[in-house]
Amino acid sequence: MFTQRRNLIFLFFGLIGLLFIGKLFFLQVIDDTYEKAADNNAIRKIIQIPFRGEVYDRFGKLIVYNTPVYDLYIIPRKAVVKDTNQFCRVFRITREYFIKTTQRARAYSRVKPSLFLKHLSKEDFASVQDAMVDFPGFFFETNAFRTYQSRSFSNALGYVAEISPTALTDQKDDYYRQGDYVGISGIESFYEETLRGQRGVKYRMVNSNGVEKGDYKNGSLNINPVSGNNLYTSIDLAIQEYADSLMQHKVGSLVAIEPSTGEILAMVSAPSYDASLLTGNNFSKYYQQLALDPMKPLLNRPPSAYYRPGSTFKLVQALVGQQLGFIGPGTVFSHAGAPVKCHGHGPVDLRGAIRVSCNPYFYHAFRKMVYDKTTGDTYERSAQGLQRWADLVANFGFGRKLGVDLGNEKKGILPNVEYYNSVYKGEKMWKFSNIYSISIGEGEIVVSPLKMANLAAIIANRGWYIPPHVVKGIGLKKSIDPFYKTPVKVGVEAKYFNVVIDGMEDAVTHGTVEADGRIPDIKMVGKTGTSQNQKGKDHSIFIAFAPRDNPKIAIAVFVENAGFGGSAAAPIASLVVEKYLKRKVDRKAVETKFMNMNYLPNVYSVTRKKVAIDSTKK
Amino acid sequence: MTDSNHIQGRIDWITVGFYVLFVCLGWMNIYSAVYSPDAPLSFSDPAFYDSNAGKQLVWIGTSFVLIVCILVIDFRFFESFALFIYLGLLLLLLAVPFLGVTINGSHSWFKFGGVTIQPAEFAKTATALLLAKYLNDPLVNLNKFAFQWKAALIIGIPMLLIIGSNETGSALVFASFLILLYREGLPGTYPALFIGGIVLFVSALLVKAWIILLVLVLLAGLFVLFMPIYLQRDPKTYLRLSGAIAVIMTLALLVDWVVNNVLQEHQRNRIRVLIDPGFDPRGLGYQVTQSKIAIGSGGFWGKGFLGGTQTKFDFVPEQSTDMVFCTIGEEHGFVGVMLMIIFFLGFLWRLMYLADLQRSRFARAYGFGLVGILFFHFLVNIGMTIGLMPIMGIPLPFFSYGGSSLWSFTILLFIFLKLDSHRSDMLSR
Repeated sequence: MFTQRRNLIFLFFGLIGLLFIGKLFFLQVIDDTYEKAADNNAIRKIIQIPFRGEVYDRFGKLIVYNTPVYDLYIIPRKAVVKDTNQFCRVFRITREYFIKTTQRARAYSRVKPSLFLKHLSKEDFASVQDAMVDFPGFFFETNAFRTYQSRSFSNALGYVAEISPTALTDQKDDYYRQGDYVGISGIESFYEETLRGQRGVKYRMVNSNGVEKGDYKNGSLNINPVSGNNLYTSIDLAIQEYADSLMQHKVGSLVAIEPSTGEILAMVSAPSYDASLLTGNNFSKYYQQLALDPMKPLLNRPPSAYYRPGSTFKLVQALVGQQLGFIGPGTVFSHAGAPVKCHGHGPVDLRGAIRVSCNPYFYHAFRKMVYDKTTGDTYERSAQGLQRWADLVANFGFGRKLGVDLGNEKKGILPNVEYYNSVYKGEKMWKFSNIYSISIGEGEIVVSPLKMANLAAIIANRGWYIPPHVVKGIGLKKSIDPFYKTPVKVGVEAKYFNVVIDGMEDAVTHGTVEADGRIPDIKMVGKTGTSQNQKGKDHSIFIAFAPRDNPKIAIAVFVENAGFGGSAAAPIASLVVEKYLKRKVDRKAVETKFMNMNYLPNVYSVTRKKVAIDSTKK
Repeated sequence: MTDSNHIQGRIDWITVGFYVLFVCLGWMNIYSAVYSPDAPLSFSDPAFYDSNAGKQLVWIGTSFVLIVCILVIDFRFFESFALFIYLGLLLLLLAVPFLGVTINGSHSWFKFGGVTIQPAEFAKTATALLLAKYLNDPLVNLNKFAFQWKAALIIGIPMLLIIGSNETGSALVFASFLILLYREGLPGTYPALFIGGIVLFVSALLVKAWIILLVLVLLAGLFVLFMPIYLQRDPKTYLRLSGAIAVIMTLALLVDWVVNNVLQEHQRNRIRVLIDPGFDPRGLGYQVTQSKIAIGSGGFWGKGFLGGTQTKFDFVPEQSTDMVFCTIGEEHGFVGVMLMIIFFLGFLWRLMYLADLQRSRFARAYGFGLVGILFFHFLVNIGMTIGLMPIMGIPLPFFSYGGSSLWSFTILLFIFLKLDSHRSDMLSR
């Protein structure tokens, strides 16, 4: 009786069992959202940020290091503050800040930690330690920010700041998270991947109350953080600080290079700023002011400011003209027929032309170089001649990047055929008479101070250079990219340099350089330049190297609105050279005079904010 | 008289094997749920016996004592004393509101020293016994209403008392006696109506009324199309069909009213969570959301014994008791839960097979009562962990942590095994 009902009942059971298995198959095998949700629930990924690499000068003096600071975190679910007033007093925050931050943390997650207060100093941390027992649900994580030994060298060092939203979305490998710090400019940016080290990751299991319950998978997935590599720069901090002090009250650049190695000894961008203002909690306060300052203290001028080289470019013309075979030490040009003027001297040979910086001489020399061919019309001949000239000049690093290890190097402009075709909107639209200004370093040619310092190094080496660089060793092995070890030849034979160097020596001893720019006991050779400036007084330029035999330092100095090259830039360069070679300066009067000399344009003096202090003012 | 020495030979060891397997697996999962990778407890540590896993060991040990007791009692005792047991349990249920204590928000427990007992758990066994005894009378014919209402009374009184103490979940278990009654001759219309009612209830919650109406009209149309000619010619047929549709629609519309006005707030929310899985995942839907996360994250092979993170770190409330299935799902994956379901169905099949072997209607009916109760727990418990059933305090038999639950299921099962071991001694009536 009714025995078949057993089968019916079991059929029903079986159907329910199948339904369950089907649903479980869907939950466990097909749908993977639950797996992620589970990881979100129970696994807390803790990123451990290692210490950023430190930066040293060429003698091992510390320039940049890290100061540990303490970030306060809150876990809202566990946070109990009985006495809000006491809490605010201890942490020196306002009641509004407390309420706002607590609410935001709670909205984010009740069980996950949120940042509550950033960058407490060691002293602040010590003072709140005792009170922490009264505030469950709050804990500290150590962090670090950059600390600068010197106020000098800020522009080339660059700074470290929270990653910007655009950089965050543009990053390729998803390394940075919101709020992470990243090198923004200078070597902090160029060597970001070296300095930042390797992040550690810890996977911790947490229970539903956010309490940690040990390492996930026994810590097999954890990665220990590795500190960033230290950078050993070629900067001579003493010279850097001295150069900075000379460049105060001025706008401009100073770059000193060791010619035999391409190592940058000093690099001044004036006006500068105090890098320590851009660390930690101060950043947002000062960054805006610095960014809006009309004197652009944040700009690192040596690799990225644009100037016309002026008469310093005549050195290139003298070298290229000889190499191409159009002029020689005995070549003489008179002033006749030149649209550029000169005064106070008669016809000169090449050495003399460099000594007195004769404009017509280099006009005629350039004209010979450009109008070489006798076939075709003047337009075709101009184009052919210019291209051959430009190809050789490009070897000196003009119109392209030298490859300095600073993030913001600019190419500059070396006008060639392509360039003029685009300026004059077509081929055969221009000829020599349109472009002769570049013969004396005016017109369309644009350079950076770094390129001119490199030019001084090329002449010092008689025909080659090593790409200028700030960092000469990375990490424990002090290794370096072979690029910064390999000489680059400029394609001008060494013999052609003799007459140029003779002329440069004359320029210093009895040429365009004024008495303040002469060092009695050091044979420095150099060339002045005056870069025309439509907006105001001309810029003063000087490039040099010393000593003449076995050169140890090549230097370029640009002082904006200081007028003639021999009067401002040359004395400053001579002081730096003297200090570097003798480790002391005997010409105290000259030193005092140029330290106090103020070449700041009026417009800047008025609008300038207090923040952008000269970097050496202690 | 039967000699208890012979019990060994007659007891169904397959069923006992299932029982031992389930209890052991259950204990492993309870151990895993309380296991802390930071501070694993050892058996020698006294603190271990304060944890659920330790206490469950005690419950398991005492269950074996209970089993021995049941096996040595004369098999006729259960039939003879069914009424007394039943009345005793009714008394306990009546006394709960006055003498009971509250545990986990449920005022349905008795406390004897350190032991807490929930009489509702044992009322199922008592009811099954009395119902079986009633049906043992050969005159009782479940086709007739005169007997039907008496059977309903036996089921209904404890059920109402349990509803009275606000244990709706436990009370619903009594619906499982439909399986017993169906096997013993209750017309199929009753379970059909029951299932139809549930379908109607669920569809009323899930879909709009006009869709139900549409479906009903379509079904009626199909019915008209295929019914015998003589019915088609009878105008009353159409009247009856319309009437049926009207009644069903009224009931469907009543569902909303019942949900909103009759059910209590927490019951309403449990239903709401069921039909809308995304509803309030941090609050009311927390338990079912977390339960699904735990099971779902197990994947095909599971995270391995003690490897679960969701169940171990308290993300799923009631982890060891009602939600023990989550641990199986998380740590043993799809393979584990599938095997568990297959084993459980195999176990039920074995019990039904044994029940049908009984010569006495008492033992057979009791057997099907047992099967029904076990199946109902299986259905609701697993169903609620995977979001197919509303959350109710229904443990998974033999697996879930808890003394009352383990004891009551052990007693329920072993009374049947005791009866079964004496099936040749029973008089077939």
